[in-house]
Amino acid sequence: MNLNENFNKSIHKYQLGGLNLVLDVNSGGVHVLDSMTYDLLDFVQPPFSETCPDEILHAMQTKNPEYAKSDIQECYQEIRELHAKKILFSEDEYEKFAKFATSSPVKAMCLHISHDCNLRCQYCFASTGDFGTGRKLMSVETGKKAIDFLLEKSADRQQLELDFFGGEPLMNFDAVKEVVLYARSREKETGKHFRFTITTNGMLLNDENTDFINREMSNVVLSIDGRKEIHDRMRPTPNGKGSYDVILPKFKKLVDQRDKNLDYYVRGTFTKYNLDFSDDVFSLYDAGFDQISVEPVVSDSKYPYALTEADLPAVSAEYEKLAQRLLAQDRAGKHFNFFHFMIDLNAGPCAIKRLKGCGCGNEYVAISPEGDIYPCHQFVGMENFKMGNLDEGTFNLEMKETFAQSHIYNKYKCRDCWARFYCSGGCNANNYQYQGDILEAHTLSCELEKKRLECAIMIQAVKLLENRADTDTDLKSYKHC
Amino acid sequence: MKHVVTLNQANLVESAKKGGCGKCQASCQSACKTSCTVANQKCEKEEK
Repeated sequence: MNLNENFNKSIHKYQLGGLNLVLDVNSGGVHVLDSMTYDLLDFVQPPFSETCPDEILHAMQTKNPEYAKSDIQECYQEIRELHAKKILFSEDEYEKFAKFATSSPVKAMCLHISHDCNLRCQYCFASTGDFGTGRKLMSVETGKKAIDFLLEKSADRQQLELDFFGGEPLMNFDAVKEVVLYARSREKETGKHFRFTITTNGMLLNDENTDFINREMSNVVLSIDGRKEIHDRMRPTPNGKGSYDVILPKFKKLVDQRDKNLDYYVRGTFTKYNLDFSDDVFSLYDAGFDQISVEPVVSDSKYPYALTEADLPAVSAEYEKLAQRLLAQDRAGKHFNFFHFMIDLNAGPCAIKRLKGCGCGNEYVAISPEGDIYPCHQFVGMENFKMGNLDEGTFNLEMKETFAQSHIYNKYKCRDCWARFYCSGGCNANNYQYQGDILEAHTLSCELEKKRLECAIMIQAVKLLENRADTDTDLKSYKHC
Repeated sequence: MKHVVTLNQANLVESAKKGGCGKCQASCQSACKTSCTVANQKCEKEEK
């Protein structure tokens, strides 16, 4: 049987969590199949005839002699029907929308209010806080110029985002306050609204700044890695002491006092040292948090804590374990969010957003303490990616256009990848740092992303089936084991 | 259907026709900062 490779790439079939799953890449359709239909997908593709061809019936019975021809015919008709509905083997119709991937208003900014830090995290991509450019705090004047820049470059966008980042932003908290107050003062005259976020290691949290953060910041990202011994190993103070016991009560207080309608995340990093990171996720839950993100370290493979392709089997197995633990948690009525497994199969961002990805260098920029403009926080300090400077009034529109064009159809590894509408071509900074080109997807990140997506989709499938199984006992047959 | 359960509305094509307004959050502003995930973002268009 000669199958067209393009149709094979239009679906992704896999087994996980006791289910046979297939994602129709281009429509976003997700289906759970019985074993026979799952096997049949290896032998069929459009165009479909009115009945299943004899050679396919024969191939299926060779694979499994217990498959009856009449049953295979039924499965064939169901696949044919899904194709007719354009939710299986559907075609990629989105490349025409890539024309929208042009230079856009700037709507989001990462403001590096402090290139200094009071921790010495081993895996810090910011070289323990200063991005390799020397420890420095942003002046209030530069912060206000950044606000003016965002207001000017945002054109008709009304909702603007600004993340206070570092280093450790609370080392320059007076400037944070001044910049927030200045931005708020300009909202009315400009008809715009700022959504502020702050990413903090928590060391300097106190009653005053906690109250300010909970009042002004629509999201707060609290850096903590999970178990105390894991956290303290990677996130020591400059004199080598652990930071866990200092920050945990401060984070708990901030979250306890926070309006439940506002976002927050405790956000950790896992490394080769804790490939059993599901224990860290649950450690954070046990500590009292319910919005949790624990992410793989991204670093040069020369470091002992770095994740490498050799770690993929262990990390993949741990993601599967985490998915099962989260399902068990749900069944026990103790739900919490794990950021990378969040997926809404019926909504989520539009296809056009999914083509363009994070928008770095185009809709999103980072500003260094010196007022230098970079495509995003991960490019800060890379001289060849400096886009301009606030004092000089420069902004490299040619580079902006280059980043605008970094959509999935310009990334050769992504064009045919089943995950392309979920990761949108990956992190351009990682692509550049580890593959040498913003358009060449970082292989290790891709594999991790794909495993997370498989788990996220499986979790949704299990939940939906378990909800429906209360009224439809036939659904038990969809288990492959 | 007897052999297949479809779990969702599979509306990516429709979303493209009405999408692209740019009102949604920049994905790196949420929680990740290191590993790009776009599909877990919310659509913020008021009228879809």
